[in-house]
Amino acid sequence: MIEVENLRLRLNGQPVLERVSLTARPGSVTVLLGPNGSGKTSLLLCLCAHYRPSQGEIRLCQQSLPSLSYRSLARLLAVVPQDHNPVFPYQVREVILLGRISRVGFFSQPTGRDYELVEDILALLQIQHLADKPYTRISGGERQLVLIGRCLAQEPQVLLLDEPTNHLDFKNQYAILKLIKELARQRNLTFLMTLHDPNMALLFADHVILLAEGRIVSQGHPLEVITPENMAAIYHLDVEMVAAGPRRLVCPKNI
Amino acid sequence: MSRTWLRWLLLLSPLPAALTALQFGAYPISPGEIGLILWGPFGGVELPDHIINILWQVRLPRIFLAMLVGMALSASGTALQAIFRNPLVDAFILGLSAGAALGCALSVAFWPGLPIQVTAFLCSLLAAFLTFTLAHTRGEVPILSLILAGVIVSAFFSALVSMIKFLVDPHKLASIVFWLMGSLSLADWLAVRQAGPWIGLGCFLIWLGRWRLNALSMGDVEAKALGIEVSRERGLFLLAAALSVASAVSVSGIIGWVGLMVPHVVRMLAGPDHRWVVPLSMTLGATFLVLSDTVARTFTGGEIPVGIITTLAGAPFFIFLLKQRGQESWRT
Repeated sequence: MIEVENLRLRLNGQPVLERVSLTARPGSVTVLLGPNGSGKTSLLLCLCAHYRPSQGEIRLCQQSLPSLSYRSLARLLAVVPQDHNPVFPYQVREVILLGRISRVGFFSQPTGRDYELVEDILALLQIQHLADKPYTRISGGERQLVLIGRCLAQEPQVLLLDEPTNHLDFKNQYAILKLIKELARQRNLTFLMTLHDPNMALLFADHVILLAEGRIVSQGHPLEVITPENMAAIYHLDVEMVAAGPRRLVCPKNI
Repeated sequence: MSRTWLRWLLLLSPLPAALTALQFGAYPISPGEIGLILWGPFGGVELPDHIINILWQVRLPRIFLAMLVGMALSASGTALQAIFRNPLVDAFILGLSAGAALGCALSVAFWPGLPIQVTAFLCSLLAAFLTFTLAHTRGEVPILSLILAGVIVSAFFSALVSMIKFLVDPHKLASIVFWLMGSLSLADWLAVRQAGPWIGLGCFLIWLGRWRLNALSMGDVEAKALGIEVSRERGLFLLAAALSVASAVSVSGIIGWVGLMVPHVVRMLAGPDHRWVVPLSMTLGATFLVLSDTVARTFTGGEIPVGIITTLAGAPFFIFLLKQRGQESWRT
């Protein structure tokens, strides 16, 4: 559960986020949607305590964010980073194992249970065949899975993902989002992620938050939020809703 | 050869290296005699005193010291490369060695009362801090900035050392100059006793935290997200690195290349997981410096500074490994 109340963030004197309030619930997928520079990533960085907001309150599972150490925070909340620039070619198994580091003592090493958990996660994500490969040598989609695996190894309540479909091919975009939705349902996890494609949000989100210029324009059920009016307001783009079977998607008009 | 075998080989390599090094020198001693002498305290030995003395008072302390110094340089190199996520740095490049050298020079020239290790450690820590502060911009430490900052700090501290050389009397000058050349020729049991515990402590700290180096090498934001108190833990590793490097420099002067090369060789042979890289770097560093020092003291009639040997041996080997399987282990 994430609760944000009246958040304001300034970076170098510039307002980045203003009066942002939101709630992301367990067992559901919440999507942050908005143009480049609307403050999506900054909001995520506030939630993982990288930025300190100048005003407002953030609570994770009823605990106030500033009261948590990085160590206890990592047990509650895991982050899948957007771009990942690894220096050393660790094996996939070692990368997932790193998720356990907040669960062992300061100078301790992982034990049998940690290794078992890593094997379980490899099986869950169906990436056992990658376990011994250097994660610099696997595809973007596979690496995204590995990083999700590392987050699951933290055994968190809340997961933040920054554009998880970035750099993925057509099929893998759907595969990752489907997996995220299943994980949210099966394990009662709270997922909050940023996306660029409103159609992805229509297909997979339970709750959509529309962000523009650091403010929340609209939030709620995907179909109530992703409307031609709202799209025109924040993207300055004329769109219409089209029916795809039982679903509804958006499509730009003048192309 | 499988990775497991390679790991064991690297782990045990200091033993054969030390036994080899014991045999060579101005006065060759055969393996049989070595066995007898090492067994000496436990049984009667029928060997001339001078052989026993050469072994116990000259070769053994020197080999021990070479191992300690090799261990210190390699362990600190490993830790520095990981915490700065930069495969191109070690204590020498970041100015820690120059800082330690300044500390030694200060102690010899002006404060003979202070233990050399203390001033070396403080100056080395100061150098590390300066380099890091210079390179740190907007929550990041870019690879090139860090190296440039290291060059600047090194140059600054070296200039201060030169200034001291200029100021002190010729008697002290000789000992400072000799020091800075990087040599193990002053080794004795006293040096081992003085540097050993501190090198041991520094290396022990790095060894204890070896798994955390994997997380720190992911970068600040990710390491924090994994639950690492980044600035505190990076500081701790810097402290441990400075401690062992400063102690090493205080007994052997500045020996380059070991800390940069050994961790790379280990990564190429045994994989990048720091839970292995740290202990294996320590043992391979010990092996490498013992063998280099053996060459340094036997190759010609006189003594070659061991730093020349480490560079001559290190550079080609490094290039060879890089060409063979290097691409994946230091991509930036």
